Amino acid sequence: MNFDFSDDQKLLKEQVRKFLADKCPTKVVRRVLDGTETHAEDVWKGLVDLGVPALGIPETYGGMGLSPLEVCVVAEEIGRAAAPVPFDSSVVLATEALKLAGSDAQKKKWLPELASGKAIGTVAIAEGAQPPKPRNTRTTFGGGRLNGKKLPVTDGEAATFAIVLANTGGSGERAVSLVIVDLTQKAVAKKRIETIDPARKHAELAFDDAAAELLGAEGEGWSLLERLYDAAAVYFAFAQVGGAESAMWMARDYALQRNAFGRAIGSYQAIKHKLADCYVKLELARSNAYYGAMMLTEGGADLPLAAAAARIAATDAYDFAAKENIQTHGGIGFTWEADTQFHYRRSRLLALSLGGPMAWKDKLVTRLEQKNAA
Amino acid sequence: MDFNDTPEEAAFRKEVRAWLDANATRKSDDTQSNRARNDDPGLLQKAKEWQDKKAKAGYARITWPKEFGGRGGSPILQVIYQQEESNYLVPLGFFDIGLGMCIPTMMAYATPEQLKRYVKPALHGQEIWCQLFSEPAAGSDVAGIRTKAERDGDDWIINGQKVWTSGAHYCDFGIVITRTDPNVPKHAGLTMFFLDMKSPGVEVRPIKQMSGGANFNEVFFTNVRIPDSQRLGKVGEGWKAALTTLMNERLAVGLPSGGLDIDELMELARETELEDGAAIRNQQVRSKIADWYVQQQGLKLTRYRTLTALSKGQTPGPESSIIKIVAAPKMQDMGAFAMELMGHAGIMKEDVPFAAGFQAQWIGGAGFRIAGGTDEILRNIVAERVLGLPADIRVDKDIPFNKLTRS
Repeated sequence: MNFDFSDDQKLLKEQVRKFLADKCPTKVVRRVLDGTETHAEDVWKGLVDLGVPALGIPETYGGMGLSPLEVCVVAEEIGRAAAPVPFDSSVVLATEALKLAGSDAQKKKWLPELASGKAIGTVAIAEGAQPPKPRNTRTTFGGGRLNGKKLPVTDGEAATFAIVLANTGGSGERAVSLVIVDLTQKAVAKKRIETIDPARKHAELAFDDAAAELLGAEGEGWSLLERLYDAAAVYFAFAQVGGAESAMWMARDYALQRNAFGRAIGSYQAIKHKLADCYVKLELARSNAYYGAMMLTEGGADLPLAAAAARIAATDAYDFAAKENIQTHGGIGFTWEADTQFHYRRSRLLALSLGGPMAWKDKLVTRLEQKNAA
Repeated sequence: MDFNDTPEEAAFRKEVRAWLDANATRKSDDTQSNRARNDDPGLLQKAKEWQDKKAKAGYARITWPKEFGGRGGSPILQVIYQQEESNYLVPLGFFDIGLGMCIPTMMAYATPEQLKRYVKPALHGQEIWCQLFSEPAAGSDVAGIRTKAERDGDDWIINGQKVWTSGAHYCDFGIVITRTDPNVPKHAGLTMFFLDMKSPGVEVRPIKQMSGGANFNEVFFTNVRIPDSQRLGKVGEGWKAALTTLMNERLAVGLPSGGLDIDELMELARETELEDGAAIRNQQVRSKIADWYVQQQGLKLTRYRTLTALSKGQTPGPESSIIKIVAAPKMQDMGAFAMELMGHAGIMKEDVPFAAGFQAQWIGGAGFRIAGGTDEILRNIVAERVLGLPADIRVDKDIPFNKLTRS
């Protein structure tokens, strides 16, 4: 039985943790939240120097060729710090999409740039109010040209390229394809949009006959996206676990120092039991996330089920820890100056950006039915 | 990451499997439970025979030192043995408390002569031990016990009552925590002894549980005389001895097994028609199935993390402290929900597929949330030991026991 990370992986985790504790304290999260910069460029540059974007990229494409496990331990630390950097968008989604569906030429073009930090990638799936579905995808791609609007797009402004879900004219699920588009061209307009988590900037991307090319086969967009989201769900789960743990300890530290009715509020069972529940949810999430990481690394048949379980458990753990952290703080926790808001905002952002828990629970049961039928 | 055995573990597993194949019957399917046959009157005798066979083969207590009949093996080997044994139809459960808690306490406090006398018969299933701690007025607050032991020459005279004593009705010996000094605060006035359950003045009355079973007992002590040589630890240091017992609580080897779980719930949901079609297509039903699946997997995988630490020879982290907090309410809630799917027929004990199984979970869950640490006490433990939050204010801390307000 070896259901744990290796010493080398733990060392990497510790290294990133120290770096972020030093260079990305909460005042940096606040700086981005309050400011206009697209992301914390100083922190991102440091992470690039540490090799973070290169970890999971094969050596042939300029990366370090490490396994998903290394990316997972880093994701946990990014989540713990609520770091305002394009990790989820670029290191997870864009990188994984290229690895999953890119041609050799596309990988040669983009992966080395991602690894070196020269490029930042993102994915552009949603188009406003309706949930992303093939039938709701009005952005079109044909004849090498992309037209339409995508929003919200995480890191849309900072990104130099995007992977876009576009209608290519087929029917049903085969109506959509993934296309890759250079965002530095004139035919792309970017507009910042306001969201619940201003520490992670989002944009609307408008394409007006933008040059683009298919990523993966035409009509395969939806099934590729499902597979991409399964992988992403595992990495996101680690980020959520890191965030949940950070919120839990923030609440615990405050509960030790805040006195009411003559004693520390952390000595009351109403607070103790709430924080114990945070821990219970955190460990359920961590265990499910580990299995997701293992399946992702092995390419195991259980990945779709494990990814859904990891996502559900981690979303629950982070949501709960983030909200009860505010509650434990009382009134001060609801102020703009308190650090509690960072996790509250980030937990919801991460919960929604790959589709919310309700959709994943439905997926999980579908996959369980498929597994049982097999 | 992998779930594989190390070469040493694999070799041990193979050896255990060969021995079990030669000595026991393999279960024909996963749903057969070793505990389902509790109504078998010969079960205790069969359990004793099986225990003896195991002890002779060196599998009864793998982590114990060789001098006590163990094999000085690592905890992971004990777990492997139990994993394998759970695949066979063998009678289990009678010796866990004695070998997991009582005898280790004896090892810490009894004389070499006493150990020579008591360890081997316990290991071979000839003598069974129980743990006499809880009382009617001392459940979660076990240090609040009132059963008193008074010195009489070289003996002690015990009077009082214990409760929830698992297996007392078939046990031969027990370890008992008593109050020897009511004039000092509660933790300071306790002393531990062991005694023969056949001693004059010991009366055992089974408690019929809400589930209909009777695994627990009330035990009454009326002028029970025990020689001072059966004292475990110093007078007034019984709490320290009790903590030794509780720390030796058996390596949680697994979750309650053999019960109905997600697969059966899904089968039920497939077969149940709701107003808008099969229940399995209903989003509320799916959402609940998903939540319980995530918990079930989370518990199994958390267990794997603990086993990983054991396999590496490390001390496991605190993660296993979540297991009963999650498993007990899940059992109760899932049972209740499955019954709801059956509609009015969910109350019927017969003629409805799965009904009896899920009803048993719903009933049993109510007890499981209390036994061996209530949901509330377990949350206190996580909050205090894992998160480092302050212990509850103890208003009785510095007050002599006999001056406390009593319930």
